[in-house]
Amino acid sequence: MTIDRREFLKVSAGAAGAVTLSGLAGCATTSVAGGKAKVIVVGAGFGGSTFARYMKMWSPETEVTVIEPLGQFVSCPFSNTVLAGTNKMEDITMPYDYIKKVVDNWVTDTVTAIDNEKRTVTTAGGKTLAYDRLVLAGGIELLFDKVQGYDAEAQKTIKHAWKASPDQTGVLRKQLEAMPDGGTFVMSVPMSPYRCPPGPYERACQVATYFKKAKPKSKIIVLDGNPDIASKKGLFLAAWKKHYGYGTPDSMIDYRPNNMPRAVDAKKMTVGTEFDDVKGDVINVVPPMRAATVCGLAGVRNGNNGSWCAIDYLTFESKEVPNVHILGDSALTNFPKSGSVANNTGKMCAYAMSEMFAGRQPDPSPVVTNTCYSAGSDSVAFHVATVFRWDPEKKALVPPKGANGVSKEESELEMAYMESWAKNVWADTLGLPENYNYTAKG
Amino acid sequence: MKKSIALTLLIAGALGAAASAHADPRARFMAANCAYCHGPDGHSRGAVPSLAGLEAKYFVDQMKAFRDGSRPATVMQKHAMGYTEAEYEALGKWFESHK
Repeated sequence: MTIDRREFLKVSAGAAGAVTLSGLAGCATTSVAGGKAKVIVVGAGFGGSTFARYMKMWSPETEVTVIEPLGQFVSCPFSNTVLAGTNKMEDITMPYDYIKKVVDNWVTDTVTAIDNEKRTVTTAGGKTLAYDRLVLAGGIELLFDKVQGYDAEAQKTIKHAWKASPDQTGVLRKQLEAMPDGGTFVMSVPMSPYRCPPGPYERACQVATYFKKAKPKSKIIVLDGNPDIASKKGLFLAAWKKHYGYGTPDSMIDYRPNNMPRAVDAKKMTVGTEFDDVKGDVINVVPPMRAATVCGLAGVRNGNNGSWCAIDYLTFESKEVPNVHILGDSALTNFPKSGSVANNTGKMCAYAMSEMFAGRQPDPSPVVTNTCYSAGSDSVAFHVATVFRWDPEKKALVPPKGANGVSKEESELEMAYMESWAKNVWADTLGLPENYNYTAKG
Repeated sequence: MKKSIALTLLIAGALGAAASAHADPRARFMAANCAYCHGPDGHSRGAVPSLAGLEAKYFVDQMKAFRDGSRPATVMQKHAMGYTEAEYEALGKWFESHK
């Protein structure tokens, strides 16, 4: 069943009882009981947690339930600084205590089933919860079976560290610490689009900054599935040249484009590409990825050959399933899959939904931004910044002239801004108080 | 679109600051876009300046200076190019009224 959104809004704008607007006109049996719209958010990362916080701020009467399997928030942005030794896992780990106080219900559990018709979500713990609107902010699913040999046993040795956690980022740091001087670190870059486009190239910088200090004879081989550096190319090349000898015979970084990892062997410690087997003392392969598993449960992984979720840009509602909204990395958009975008599109979705619940049309011309810093060493950073505005002809959010670009050059000032960004985006996402005691440093 | 912003501002002005939270949800949303760098409600936790409580005129003047390059910037020229002058005004009013 499909109803044109404009038609629906026209119909619903005429009714004064705001809460019944949350459902499509034809789904009267699932209209709101007790007079409160019910929104369930799956995933409390940058997208989901921000959405939940702003939804309670802008539509306080809406009942917001968050379902999140993890007990605390671990930040992917800044996690490369843990590999450098600048920060420790606890410095990029923050509590959910504050955001828990903001929302109506917090469920520490994993979603195992979604019924789009009944509009219910079922969890591994056996709970079934009803929603008027469902927000899926589960991030990414890593596809280990796309890399031959990357099975459960191999995953004990070879880490992706693309979802930051003690078992991933923490273990990879320990492996780098244990590696002898003169060793080789082999890392990979997945095919675009992937979470955090500059992240792999920043990772090379951050591991190199550690090697330069602690084990200067060591090498880093970067196997990139893409034909070229996928983000901030000029700035990364400049950093590699300036700090790590790139372009000279003594370069610490050996960058190999068009080298997609096809296989791993955790016993022989090799990564196989189309061309050869590359041996490493420490191996870090990020497998191909797609929208989070929970998006598959809802049947919304319909875009880009079933990898990502096509959405309506004005509301972030699925183009496939009504009342299901998709945030952050899972969504198929022209935005980079960054923490800033997840944070700001969380607000954009809360804005659209709160307007609809209030009986108004969602803003037909929203503005959303991305600001993303990368660290070139342990003391300098650089950015990409973009403002996206609704273009009615292209039916997409695109940057106006001049509203997109990168740093002229790396700087210590931007490292201070990067650290500031982290503290502010963590606060904005998780509702951390002004006197929160941060320990992370740039 | 410009019409609707103008109308929203007119309504916001007519109802006064007390009702501004409901009168201009668009300005409130755009202001929230700034939070990942400038802190929730414009209260920064780091080296990037806070925006909360700035005078509206000062805010608008800075945005114009970022746009034309007369105030040197790292990221701010790109952000200034992404908003209209009417939006600078709406944002300036929002931050002025949120101390």
